[in-house]
Amino acid sequence: MSFETPDDRKYNESHEWALRDGDTVRVGISDFAQDELGDVVFVELPDVGDEVAQGEAFGVVESIKAVSDVYAPVSGEVTAVNEALFDAPEQVNEDPFGDGWMLEIAAVDADELDELLTADEYVDQVA
Amino acid sequence: MALRTPPLRGRHEEVGGSFTDFGGWEMPVEFAGIRTEHEAVREAVGIFDVSHMGEIEVGGPDATTLMQRLTTNDVTALSPGDSQYACITDEDGVILDDTVVYRRPDEGETPTYLFVPNAGHEDWMVERWTDHRDEWGLDATVDDRTEEYAMFAVQGPDAVEHVREATENGSEVASLSRFTATTATLAGADCLVARTGYTGEDGFELVVPWDDAADVWDAFDGVEPCGLGARDTLRLEAGLLLSGQDFQHEENPRTPYEAGIGFTVKLDTEFVGRDALEAQKEQGVDEKLVGIRLVDRGIPRHGYDVTDTDGEVVGTVTSGTMSPTLDEPIGLAYVPTDLASPETRLRVVVRDRPKKAVVEPLPFYER
Repeated sequence: MSFETPDDRKYNESHEWALRDGDTVRVGISDFAQDELGDVVFVELPDVGDEVAQGEAFGVVESIKAVSDVYAPVSGEVTAVNEALFDAPEQVNEDPFGDGWMLEIAAVDADELDELLTADEYVDQVA
Repeated sequence: MALRTPPLRGRHEEVGGSFTDFGGWEMPVEFAGIRTEHEAVREAVGIFDVSHMGEIEVGGPDATTLMQRLTTNDVTALSPGDSQYACITDEDGVILDDTVVYRRPDEGETPTYLFVPNAGHEDWMVERWTDHRDEWGLDATVDDRTEEYAMFAVQGPDAVEHVREATENGSEVASLSRFTATTATLAGADCLVARTGYTGEDGFELVVPWDDAADVWDAFDGVEPCGLGARDTLRLEAGLLLSGQDFQHEENPRTPYEAGIGFTVKLDTEFVGRDALEAQKEQGVDEKLVGIRLVDRGIPRHGYDVTDTDGEVVGTVTSGTMSPTLDEPIGLAYVPTDLASPETRLRVVVRDRPKKAVVEPLPFYER
């Protein structure tokens, strides 16, 4: 099975993606990750204004069968949360790189993005 | 240790099944997705490969006596082709396993029984049966047939039509009442077909010769293949227990009365654990298994603490999920009897945060 892996963003080994827009980084989980999880039925996210740290769990995604932590690809303050996921968590399955995004972080150190995997490197990891 | 595989392991993989270790067996957990499969069973029909379930056949002149002494229900109430749900308990009345006991429709001169222990329990149960047989000096045969039979479950409101069409004596099969079975020819194979199931829907369980598994499975071409993931969400909505999770004789020892399946206990029969269960029935249970629904956002999961409204831990979630049919977070938990009435307010501790919950009558879903 092949998965979408857009090359306009970077990836965590733990399957989150990070898309830079100026000083802000939008974060979600990969197509591979949503497929592995199965039907997503619940998403727990931090509040706007919370601080997250690279590599630390910022929330939880629950599918019918499992509970998984999701990890911050960069450090910084949460500036936006996709509250639509609280009522429609299935968007994580349907559009993981678009409407299924999870949060935006005002990155304190943009260099942290350089530590993440490129799309090609991520594809190699999940292949 | 290598996992045991059902006869159609390769076939399931070809159609995109993913697998899990279940009781030492590598079983399909999901095909098209749990929600899709779950909805197929609630609204139309689905087929499950449940070949991991054990099958033990008990025959001979004293088969009835042996079955009666080792299961909590009354096997003498069974006519050929009947089946019953029963528990297997120890001297303390603790559930060791739950099972369906079939009295074979094609028995010989004396009754022959087939019972279905949970996955990976058949060695243990054969040992239990043979040890007690020898101790009591009974004349009975005990044979493990687990790897001679595949087992499929065809479940859902349209199950009867599909099984009728696939079976040579289809009209006889379609007229089976709940918890009865007959022998039938499916795709040229001699099968035991029983109107039983574990999903809360109408349906059938098919005991199929191992070598004929592919032919019988193919006879249900077009029926949604379903994995153990959907089986779990379906059975939980129906308030049915999962061995190893809702009871486990070492980690979570429970009696049938605590587990809400006291109807399987016939105290006017003699069986191992009877006296303990009679005493418990007279005294009443301290804790009971209840249905719970989360009011706050979150999902109850196996192992989560249950507290009262003051924050005192009073129990533990044994099973939980987001119900695909009800779209509500539901679970099962043992709680003190005085907190077991429907509408009692509780809390479930989800990742260190107490979430509001309420006791709900079981089953959550009834067709």
